[in-house]
Amino acid sequence: MTTEYMNEEHTAGADPEDVVLEVDHLSVTFPSDDGPLPAVREVSYRLRRGEALGIVGESGSGKSVTSMAIMGLLPKNAQVRGSARLMGQEIIGLSDKEISKVRGQKIAMIFQDPLTSLNPVYTIGYQIAEAVLAHKKVSKKAAMDRALELLEIVGIPSPQQRLKQYPHELSGGMRQRVVIAIAMANEPDVIIADEPTTALDVTVQAQVLDALQRARRETGAALVLITHDLGVVAGQVERVGVMYAGRIVEMGPVEEVFYRPRMPYALGLLGSLPRLDGDRSERLTPILGSPPSLRDLPVGCGFAPRCPLARERCHEEEPRLVLTNGDTDRAAAQEGDTTVHTAACHFSDELVGAEATDLFRPTAVDTEGVGSVEELETAESSVAEAREEYREESKAVSESATEGSTEPEVLLRATDLVKHFPIRSKGLLRRKVGEVQAVSGISLDLREKETLALVGESGCGKSTTARLLLNLIKLTSGEVSYMGRPLQGLSDRQMRPLRKDLQLVFQDPFASLDPRMTVSDIIAEPMRIHGRGNGDAKDRVKELLDLVGLNPEHGSRYPHEFSGGQRQRIGVARALSLNPKVLVLDEPVSALDVSIQAGVINLLEDLQEELGLSYLFVSHDLSVVKHIADRVAVMYLGKMVETATTEQLFSAPAHPYTQALISAIPLPDPVKERTRERIIVTGDIPSPANPPSGCRFRTRCPKFANVLSDAQRTKCVEEPPELMDRGTGHRDACHYSEVVELI
Amino acid sequence: MSENATPGSARRDPAKKVKDSADRTQLQTIMIRFLRHRPAMISLIVLALIALFAFVGPFFWMWDHTVYREIPSNQPPGGVHPLGTSAAGHDVLGQLMRGAQQTLKVAFTVSLLSTIVGSMWGATAGYYGGRVDAFMMRVVDIFLIVPLLVAAAAIAGNTGAGASWYAIALIIAIFSWATIARVVRGVVLSLREQEFVEAARASGASAPWIIIRHLLPNAAGPIIVAATLLVAIAILAEAGMSFLGLGIQLPDISLGQMIGSARTAVSTRPWLFYPPGVLLVLICLTINFIGDGLRDALDPRQTRVRR
Repeated sequence: MTTEYMNEEHTAGADPEDVVLEVDHLSVTFPSDDGPLPAVREVSYRLRRGEALGIVGESGSGKSVTSMAIMGLLPKNAQVRGSARLMGQEIIGLSDKEISKVRGQKIAMIFQDPLTSLNPVYTIGYQIAEAVLAHKKVSKKAAMDRALELLEIVGIPSPQQRLKQYPHELSGGMRQRVVIAIAMANEPDVIIADEPTTALDVTVQAQVLDALQRARRETGAALVLITHDLGVVAGQVERVGVMYAGRIVEMGPVEEVFYRPRMPYALGLLGSLPRLDGDRSERLTPILGSPPSLRDLPVGCGFAPRCPLARERCHEEEPRLVLTNGDTDRAAAQEGDTTVHTAACHFSDELVGAEATDLFRPTAVDTEGVGSVEELETAESSVAEAREEYREESKAVSESATEGSTEPEVLLRATDLVKHFPIRSKGLLRRKVGEVQAVSGISLDLREKETLALVGESGCGKSTTARLLLNLIKLTSGEVSYMGRPLQGLSDRQMRPLRKDLQLVFQDPFASLDPRMTVSDIIAEPMRIHGRGNGDAKDRVKELLDLVGLNPEHGSRYPHEFSGGQRQRIGVARALSLNPKVLVLDEPVSALDVSIQAGVINLLEDLQEELGLSYLFVSHDLSVVKHIADRVAVMYLGKMVETATTEQLFSAPAHPYTQALISAIPLPDPVKERTRERIIVTGDIPSPANPPSGCRFRTRCPKFANVLSDAQRTKCVEEPPELMDRGTGHRDACHYSEVVELI
Repeated sequence: MSENATPGSARRDPAKKVKDSADRTQLQTIMIRFLRHRPAMISLIVLALIALFAFVGPFFWMWDHTVYREIPSNQPPGGVHPLGTSAAGHDVLGQLMRGAQQTLKVAFTVSLLSTIVGSMWGATAGYYGGRVDAFMMRVVDIFLIVPLLVAAAAIAGNTGAGASWYAIALIIAIFSWATIARVVRGVVLSLREQEFVEAARASGASAPWIIIRHLLPNAAGPIIVAATLLVAIAILAEAGMSFLGLGIQLPDISLGQMIGSARTAVSTRPWLFYPPGVLLVLICLTINFIGDGLRDALDPRQTRVRR
């Protein structure tokens, strides 16, 4: 059933000779002041030669610790039990000297952050050659030749020059490919990649994943891919294990796990994911509660407190990983049988054919704070009440302002926004030696009650644009107006009354709340700034906490006592405290785990509907944008390249960059992900300090490189394309734009 | 703090009510945290006793710090002079009380003045950055490169200010606020990039509001550490000035001056050296511990309130 997507040579059954890595009842416990922390519990899996196994789980599920234990890289105080046999050799408990012979030679690891996994004081060539020399007695010359060969394999352009460069001269994607080159230097049998693309932009992620696949093909190594991204897993591996609270709770071929999950957690994760191939009208279904504290694990199933299916048995007896072949034969999984689908759930049979929406509620209240469906219902009703009150209050304020106009009014309008940040020389004079062209001519309208998404990769100027719109940084040129009133040039004092209407929600739920203030004080601060009295503010804080789905009794706590999703809700409550009309949301969910992200997205959708807010939604995540936005504007290197309604943009993207962006987003659907058409862009985003002439995307444009004639290319090089209307408001900035259907 | 108890746990189980900051006001929480910090509490008691000894003691002790004819010179501790007497005919206990009093007054005045001026200066420079920062920090540099003792000596020598403790405190403070300004600026430079500062700006907060409500409270840790260090530095500076004849002058006395004048008598007449020495070390130590306790109590993330 699964074979057609596997590499042909890897489809053989579980021949014991074929197993390269066998992990058997591996447990890791960290001693701590408050008692032992069981980070990994009884993890077992087998990896066949050349196979790709994905391990997915949310933060804290133990997925990284497992692989660190296998590599022998855990701190000395970690207690590791169980075994891991690499090509038949036991590697748990080896001395440092012994395991050094194995590491790099038979098993290699790729870490998340390419910035820190390379040594900044040595050249790329030296570092790759060093990896070769560590295990092979060859001449330095031969090692360098091998380094060159490896750089070619991972697809680094002009490798000869790169050999002599230092890590800081390379971009993130390039560095990660160097790390892959080092990992494959000695043709290991197993490569463990721990979140190898999490720190990278999507178009670069596609390149790096490609390099990883090439490395596998070249060395025939088996791959363990650890990630939280279900889309990446769907496209890259043949088998997948889902980890939760230190255990593997479901394992099987990707198609089985994605299409027929048999553990409520896996089902919930898939249901909480906004999908590029999904429908906007479908509500996301967050999972109740939060992952258990490892120190205080529940007695029975680790997922039982959050599980809508949980019964008495689940709270008493921890389910084992058993076969899910549909019939009543629930025998324990045969050791080493690697083609079966196993799940750790007492009632996995009931999940046959289940959809996430059958089990989980598409709620918007803080799911981390409630434990049962009844509590959820009471919380939901109190949220509804708070909304009622809030609406009445804001109505009283705004009734006089808005007269019955039928056409949605333009609230925020930006015309030709330009922001250049000067680059200054070091030293006393600080002369201007150049400038970063962060935003170069952006125009947009934000209308009443709509969500406009600003999308782009890092460094494209989307956050700068958001701040320019709020007049938080001074613009170099251009115009911003709010309800017809120009904002540029207003002093802080003149801006203050307008700030009531324009509020901001931040990406990082940890940095955006003052750690020294209580939650009540944080939420009340905007009101205090605007001179609203204390008694008034206190009631309002309670109401706001209710409104965003948090327990209003928790106002006197400090931010560090809350989890990420809850803090993000506090940030939203603060932004709402002055009854704003416009919320600028700067990557509001990208720092959150998917099961929590879903709840915050639902909250934002509800708030908009109930309170009539306008959102400017800044994000790099097209799946989220597709779910929440009415209109989308795609940015690249400070320019807008395409803007349209969400439907138009996703069904008929016209600009090559938009097409590449959409096609680079991994779909959490194994078949679609592997069969869909791909538009791969090469290279990295050029520096905004020195953008290419003409069309800024031309250096990476697949159309420019492969399709256009020389005469056409000249136009791209010389003439910056204007944002042109293609009828029905769909505009793009490409001389040769052409609609492509991608999803 | 790493107990990972999300606030949800209270909602989930109302019977098991976690007694943490939820039920108290901020000030109460800080007080309770401080009271539970054992070294700080012990230090606070010891320091209070020293202050009592220095400020109230003289009312109950028959000798003050001046020379009396009827006091025999060079008497070892015992009898009517529990800490002995000096060569000139001082009662050491009487001197110690007055000395500790003067030293404490100078040290605390210096620390308070420098901390207030220094942290405001540093926070302002750090928050505005750019040219404002460059100018303000050059001023700081000027105060930093002048050796404190030399400058203080020059001013005191020329103005004859050495007579009173507050003049000395002022002179020392003028040359010691700069260190605090530097520390605070460094902290503020990184704090101002935090999103919560931008959040306040986006709500329309003014610069003074942000500096006072957000930046200084978050810099409290380093500020307190620097302030406690300053107490020790001020005591040493005062002792140095007294030694040079520019600080508190005889017949008035300070701990530094007592130690200075007893420097040749450490082995022959130890009672002249050790009492002021031990007292000085005690003052510095207790202040450091109190600083630690304050820092921990003010930081909501440090330790949870235990029952």
